[in-house]
Amino acid sequence: MKTKNLANALAVAGFGVVLALGGSSLAKAEEFTAVSWGGAYSASQSNAYIKPYMQANSDVKINFEDYSGGLAEVRAQSEAGNVTWDLVDVIYTDAVTGCDEGLFLEIDFDDDLARGRDGSRPTQDFLPEALGNPCFIPQIAYSTVFGFRKDLVSPKSIADVFDLEKFPGKRGLQKVPTYNLEWALIADGVDKADVYDVLSTPAGVDRAFAKLDTIKDSVVWWEAGAQPPQLLADGEVVMASAYNGRLFAAIEEEKQPIEMLWDGQALDLDGWAIAAGSDHVDAVKKFVRFATDTQRLADQAKWISYGPLRKSSLPLVGKHADLGIDMAPHMPTKYADQGFWTGFDFWADNKDELSERFNAWLAQ
Amino acid sequence: MAIAENINKSNGGDDVMRTADGTPLKLSLQRAQRRQKQRTFFLVVPLLVFILFSFVFPILNMLTRSVEDPQVVSYMPNTLKALEDWDGESLPGEPVFEAMAQDFKIGRENKTIGRVGKRLNYEESGMRGLFNKTGRRIDKIETGPWKQAFLDIDKKWANVKTFTIIQRHDSAYSASYYIAALDLKQNEQNEIVRQDEERRIYVSLFLRTFGVSFLIAVLTLLLGFPIAYLMANLPLRYSNLLMILVLLPFWTSLLVRTTSWIVLLQSQGVINDVLVAMGLIDDENRVQMIFNMTGTIVAMTHILLPFMVLPLYSVMRTIPPSYMRAARSLGANQFVAFVRIYLPQTVPGISAGAILVFILAIGYYITPALVGGETGQLISNIIAYHMQRSLNWGLAGALGSILLLSVLVLFGLYSRFLGLRGLKFG
Repeated sequence: MKTKNLANALAVAGFGVVLALGGSSLAKAEEFTAVSWGGAYSASQSNAYIKPYMQANSDVKINFEDYSGGLAEVRAQSEAGNVTWDLVDVIYTDAVTGCDEGLFLEIDFDDDLARGRDGSRPTQDFLPEALGNPCFIPQIAYSTVFGFRKDLVSPKSIADVFDLEKFPGKRGLQKVPTYNLEWALIADGVDKADVYDVLSTPAGVDRAFAKLDTIKDSVVWWEAGAQPPQLLADGEVVMASAYNGRLFAAIEEEKQPIEMLWDGQALDLDGWAIAAGSDHVDAVKKFVRFATDTQRLADQAKWISYGPLRKSSLPLVGKHADLGIDMAPHMPTKYADQGFWTGFDFWADNKDELSERFNAWLAQ
Repeated sequence: MAIAENINKSNGGDDVMRTADGTPLKLSLQRAQRRQKQRTFFLVVPLLVFILFSFVFPILNMLTRSVEDPQVVSYMPNTLKALEDWDGESLPGEPVFEAMAQDFKIGRENKTIGRVGKRLNYEESGMRGLFNKTGRRIDKIETGPWKQAFLDIDKKWANVKTFTIIQRHDSAYSASYYIAALDLKQNEQNEIVRQDEERRIYVSLFLRTFGVSFLIAVLTLLLGFPIAYLMANLPLRYSNLLMILVLLPFWTSLLVRTTSWIVLLQSQGVINDVLVAMGLIDDENRVQMIFNMTGTIVAMTHILLPFMVLPLYSVMRTIPPSYMRAARSLGANQFVAFVRIYLPQTVPGISAGAILVFILAIGYYITPALVGGETGQLISNIIAYHMQRSLNWGLAGALGSILLLSVLVLFGLYSRFLGLRGLKFG
């Protein structure tokens, strides 16, 4: 009996050694973790970047995880000296903050990114707005834009959003100062190009809050991107600001009676940032080079209505993979002249103060 | 035999009681007790370690973060040194700017200057941009005069206030997060004054949190007292059913309970639909019962109710019914007997339940976040905002520490005036 136990124990131990050896030989394959926003957006990235890359490079394994935005985890990992997220999909402002704090790695656009299909250097090929921060690896442009119930109202401009007499009903707005202050000024008659100049003055901020005051009682505030299409579909609001990709899904995939108001759309950027403490920087850079080339950026638009940031990708935007509709008319970059680019520097400097004021204003 | 021998020995020898092997009984007893204590200690070691890591350590971490202010000291040492002789009123001279140029160049290389800018931006909007811009440009300038170089880059460097703010951070520890957390600020003369009116938010949120928590404790008491009374006094088969009705929601996920209130209370929800169908309100004027303070209070009262019912029940069960009968037979009517005999005996349950509900409510986060809208937010929501969104962990730490301190003070007052002798749960 005893000998049998011993034999068993030896067998188990031997098996363990074999496993450990096998494991170590497998570990030669490069493995890193990328995180993104989840839902339809992660799905589009998985289809356009992650799956093709892993197919072409069988020795690379990318763990693709979801997160809910913000830099809290990235900073916690960095402070603990245990960076497990090697590549993070971030909005531009988070890349700027992370860069200031040394959380993200600075890259050289021309060295680290692929040339355009036409051979142009990355610094020429990407939209100039997208290259403002050395930690931010540009991917797509999205916009926060108003959607409205076309069976109930027919606004033509941002001014109509603030006009409760012409179009009564509730409005859905995001519970942050960003864009709401800009729209308030535009509705109050400020030219889109001058919005941030006006907002940089105390009088401009007062003016924006005063205009927001006029609709405050009719606002439903949303926080998650999935909320505004739902609020519109339920009839809880007649118009709401929302991410253009979410509105596209509600209009084209779910056939809701919603229409987009491109006027006053606020263009923003989303891209990758490499964690400064990552152990797999080389592998991550290789992946990023692949995932931001001309074809791959154009491919993403097959699954989601966000616009590639390379000029050379724009002509390659084709049809939606499932719906078969032409995606080019749904790219927010196509309507850039009707809206404005987010004032990234303005918000990086003033977000703390304006958020406090906004929160105090909300709680009044 | 052995005992007899022992007694003989102790009687004969030295008057000390001894065990069978001859050691004094007192010593042997001490040993046994020590062993017992050690065993008990080893049994609780896992829990102690767990509490240390999951409770004590994070709280200490929070307290440290709320006073830590290392950025300027670590990354601008030359500037601070040069500012030591500054009069604080006129614009500093060339030596300060030269020291600053040194700090900026080093900070630019080590990518640390951005952290200073971000830290100072909490005190004065625009500092972040100023530091980043200056860092970029000063890198390209090789020689002085530095004062002119800085002024050329941005005219904010001609502003004395900029230097007052830098100099204010000459220690690695400061109370500045607490100042901000109490809706105060330091002005250019370094005096602490109230924050601009439109930016005051934290004090009113603290007061609101305490007020709401108190209200919820009162509401759960009013709702829970009759239930606990019935549970303690009904025949077993009914009281068991009641107990299950209390425990079932208690075992249900917090998120499920919160979201079911959304289903019930929202303006296109069940209750509004019923009211409209009954003709009590028009379709146009549905009652807004959620995404505001009402929603927060309703949902939190429901969720915290078991924490009031269970302590009340455990106390009420121990009150003998004969006391009430005695009071009645001595001439008290039902009401007097209840108020003078029954109610005082339930006080330990009431105080235990009230403190439990109150403290849980003070730190509640997810329910107000889901159903509070903009007017039903509590202080924990703003702490979460600073943890996750604005990344201002120092301010989050200060707000959390103030919350912790006020709970401890309230708890101290409470146990002093009401006593917590009867505190027991379940």
